[in-house]
Amino acid sequence: MELVNIFIKSAFIENLALAYFLGMCSYLAVSKSVKTAFGLGLAVIFVLGITMPINWLINTQLLSENGLFGMDLTFLRLILFIAVIASMVQLVEMVIEKMSPSLYNSLGIFLPLITVNCAILGGSLFMVSKEYNFGESVAFGLGGGFGWFLAIIAIAAIREKIRYSDVPGPLRGLGMAFILTGLMGMAFMSLMGIDPSAF
Amino acid sequence: MADVQIAKKESAISFGKKERKLLVDPLNDNNPVTVQVLGICSALAVTTLLDKAIVMSIAVIFVCAFANLFTSLLRMYIPKQVRMIVQLIIIAFLVTVVELSLKAIDYNIYKELSVFIGLIITNCIIMGRLEAFASANNPWRSLLDGIGNGLGYAIILIIIAMIREFFGKGSLLGYKLLGPTSDYMLTIPGYQPNNLMVLFPSAMFVIGVLIWGHRAWNRKLIDIS
Repeated sequence: MELVNIFIKSAFIENLALAYFLGMCSYLAVSKSVKTAFGLGLAVIFVLGITMPINWLINTQLLSENGLFGMDLTFLRLILFIAVIASMVQLVEMVIEKMSPSLYNSLGIFLPLITVNCAILGGSLFMVSKEYNFGESVAFGLGGGFGWFLAIIAIAAIREKIRYSDVPGPLRGLGMAFILTGLMGMAFMSLMGIDPSAF
Repeated sequence: MADVQIAKKESAISFGKKERKLLVDPLNDNNPVTVQVLGICSALAVTTLLDKAIVMSIAVIFVCAFANLFTSLLRMYIPKQVRMIVQLIIIAFLVTVVELSLKAIDYNIYKELSVFIGLIITNCIIMGRLEAFASANNPWRSLLDGIGNGLGYAIILIIIAMIREFFGKGSLLGYKLLGPTSDYMLTIPGYQPNNLMVLFPSAMFVIGVLIWGHRAWNRKLIDIS
């Protein structure tokens, strides 16, 4: 039950995209159509769900004081985390290419993009600062990915519609996307009052 | 012979029109935040207070300049397949340097910036400049390009932070300027600072309006599609 709470909390209440504004670069760049947004969203869930437990293991088993080396190596955290993310993305890309060429074709170009998506690294850093245990970090990764997925699909759907509206020239495209995201962020702020442990 | 001479000329440290363009272009026509849409995450998160934004800007200018320089120096030796990982490690190294020095210099600001210093690693400005510029240009020009893009980012960050801190808190850099009580410099009875400006969504609105203004002023940037 605890894990479901963390999932709901990370997906809706502390949404990585709309409450912390992480992963905004790819969020804005790839949200022009729902189809591509769907592909990127799936890839993010996937990578977050995989890297989070691995980074948890690295942080607690290798870097902490009661870990394998018996000393405080936390200054290596950033370098190791990003190396894990970059290599996992590479690995996932190769595995998907072998296992399912159709999925690879639909995710294709988005996988390398994910390395520099701050939602992934940010998720890992939040996991450290919130001191989750193993199960909780898996739930946090999947929930965070799901929340990001929802957010990018929503903005892509709105942007597809707003193309037919009469927006002032200089505001067209990027400017409008920012303001829409701001409005969505305000809507998501209303979820902050929910206490998932009360269910 | 001629080739050698040209190569020598290219690698020499000079400061002409082209070099000036590298520094000035990112401030307006090719701004990393409002035109290239890079590095948005941190621009949104750290701009609630002006001092945070200034510290963040300095950190990004430093990392961007030196990551560009190092990548450019190593560009002949990095195999193409692993270049992403090598670049990330260069950036991560620089960010760790920044993080540890900030922790030593000003612990309060370090605490406030929390994960966002670490997130400079995934700041797409830096990655984007390494890919687009430093891996194909000589070290001196790459350094200038890095500084230019860092400055372009800093300018936007500081403008946003000024707007948000002034309207959200009635202060700038902690000096109280406009507010309801007499300890503010300019006192308007009954004035309430707009708390929404300190919250996350307002950063989105401010950047949106900033892009609107920028494009209305510089009309060749308008998105026609």
